[in-house]
Amino acid sequence: MTTATRPRGETRAADRPPVTRSERFRRATRWWPALPLVVLFLVPYSALPLPGLLDGPIGSPGNLQLLSLCLVFGALATGYDLLLGRTGLLSFGHALYFAAGTYVTNTIMLEAGLPFAVSAPLGLLAGVALSALLGAVSLRVTGIGFSMVTLAFAQAASILVQRDPGGVTGGEEGRAAPADKLPAALIGIEHTANLYWVALAYLVVVLLVVQWAVRSPTGRVWEGIKENERRVEVLGLRPYGFKLTAFVLAGALAALGGIVHLLLTGGATPQTTTSDFTLSLLVMVVLGGSGTRWGPLAGGILYTWADHRLGDLSGSGAVTGLPAVLRVPLSQPLFLLGALFVAVIYLLPGGLVRLPARLRAARTLRAATGGKAAL
Amino acid sequence: MSTVVLLALTGLGLGALYFLVASGLSLIFGLMDVLNFAHGALMSVGAYGTWWAASGHLPGAGPGGAGFALAVVFGTAVGTVAAVLLELAVIRPLYARPREQILATVGVGLAVPALLSAIWGADARPFPGPEALSGTVGLLGAEVPLNRLVLIAAALVVLAALRLFLGRTRHGLVVRAGVEDRAMVTALGIDVRKAFTLVFAIGGAAAALGGAIGGLYFGSVDPEQGTSLLIFAFVVVVMGGMGSLTGAALASVAVGLVQQFANYYTTAGLGDLAVVVLLAALLLIRPRGLTGRLA
Repeated sequence: MTTATRPRGETRAADRPPVTRSERFRRATRWWPALPLVVLFLVPYSALPLPGLLDGPIGSPGNLQLLSLCLVFGALATGYDLLLGRTGLLSFGHALYFAAGTYVTNTIMLEAGLPFAVSAPLGLLAGVALSALLGAVSLRVTGIGFSMVTLAFAQAASILVQRDPGGVTGGEEGRAAPADKLPAALIGIEHTANLYWVALAYLVVVLLVVQWAVRSPTGRVWEGIKENERRVEVLGLRPYGFKLTAFVLAGALAALGGIVHLLLTGGATPQTTTSDFTLSLLVMVVLGGSGTRWGPLAGGILYTWADHRLGDLSGSGAVTGLPAVLRVPLSQPLFLLGALFVAVIYLLPGGLVRLPARLRAARTLRAATGGKAAL
Repeated sequence: MSTVVLLALTGLGLGALYFLVASGLSLIFGLMDVLNFAHGALMSVGAYGTWWAASGHLPGAGPGGAGFALAVVFGTAVGTVAAVLLELAVIRPLYARPREQILATVGVGLAVPALLSAIWGADARPFPGPEALSGTVGLLGAEVPLNRLVLIAAALVVLAALRLFLGRTRHGLVVRAGVEDRAMVTALGIDVRKAFTLVFAIGGAAAALGGAIGGLYFGSVDPEQGTSLLIFAFVVVVMGGMGSLTGAALASVAVGLVQQFANYYTTAGLGDLAVVVLLAALLLIRPRGLTGRLA
């Protein structure tokens, strides 16, 4: 007995230091997202210029506005991926729940004269109710039928908003939010930093909610539904309820995003109700990497930045000097984004977040074949 | 009475336009299970091709008479080539990944209108047409614009040609069999991928023709024109049953008429709304019954 325990004690003593060190390292690196968060939090205090990426110092109101939009769309794409990448539901009507948050909040402020603090929860509630109702109906069909039913509902809402029933939605111009109903700290160009922090807070909320939901038992079932819905049924679970949960959660996050967007842009525009808006969310998710933690966020930020900045860049001297064959397509951000999207689908299944892993794999492969060639 | 006749013929003209877009969409979905989001872009390509040729850029083509016919042929040919390129370059490498096929068409559907507006501007361009087709004709007491009749005639010709092709030729037989059961056709040793390219060519040609003649109907071309019609084409495809040509023809007539009459007799926009809600209702009531292949 004693002879048997002695070597075991020896090995434990020999093994312990590396184990704890790697353990400690792992624990420390688990919190790495806190670092970019702190950096993002401090951005409004920075005057660092990012030539090429942004125009002027990073903390200027214009750049803060753009960065806030990037964060909001990154968060929206993360929420949308709850359907596409986590549950395998291809919804073409996500714009509807975003627009519900925007329009309901704005309309209550304008028509009922209630302050933002009251109308924002009501807008969120409207988004939840609408996604629960329409989700319950749409999820009765599966596959491409589901995509088309959600598209139809969103399109119906979009037509309704653009027709301006009773002058409530403002038709094609949309309606500006009433300044006297908003909190004073969130209006005006001198308060852009506050709006930026609101957008950052929204992003953190979405990331936490999505991460928590995906790790919950419900999230495991979502993964199962994405892989093989029939098998989930065979296990004795009804996918319908789980899919509806994902739909409503994504709808609620989108409605919340709509409210933040209302604050950021100071009004509701019908562009946010169109199917093009949903398609752009789809592009963001697939561009970044569907079903991953950081992919949709990266895609959303890249898309929003490109959509706003490439238009400015095309007017710059570097592009106007190019021959027409290159200059003309470069002047349209949507063309570049569409082309990039198709290229990513082909060349990078899994999105841009898979790029580092793929490069590493390619390098090891090249090293292996190179070594063989040397032999 | 004259209002009813005018509305009916306008509705039929619109339905004809929907049919030109939806016929190809329906065949493509029926055969390949690809919901082609780039189909509206193909229509825009046809419209711009015709507009470009008819504005005097193509020798021999012009806004009047035979020159305009040549322009329409040119536009249709450009649309067909674009559709074949789309199938070969974008869809074919993704045969093993059905969802990515749809996503890729979404990307193309975004990129092509953006490219068109990069080259010719985002604003609508006036569409040149022959004098003979810009007038009206008295029909049952109504003054009906001729371009509606041209659209209806074009749709009828396309319907007849497609029926002949599908019913009487060997390639048409392969397409019909593929819509019915693709796996079985492959098992019988027929390369069904050739039929895929063929169906894309046909769909692209019909959509581009729709774009070319639709330019007369709208009086102008703009990059988003085709895309905005796409949703109504989806309605037609679902109503008519995916893969069914006759179904698509009947559904497009119904959708066009409902839209026109509802927009005129109730508030504007209600017709569009009714049609879109109809799509949701149909899919929900008969998710399988309409098509049998939707789920």
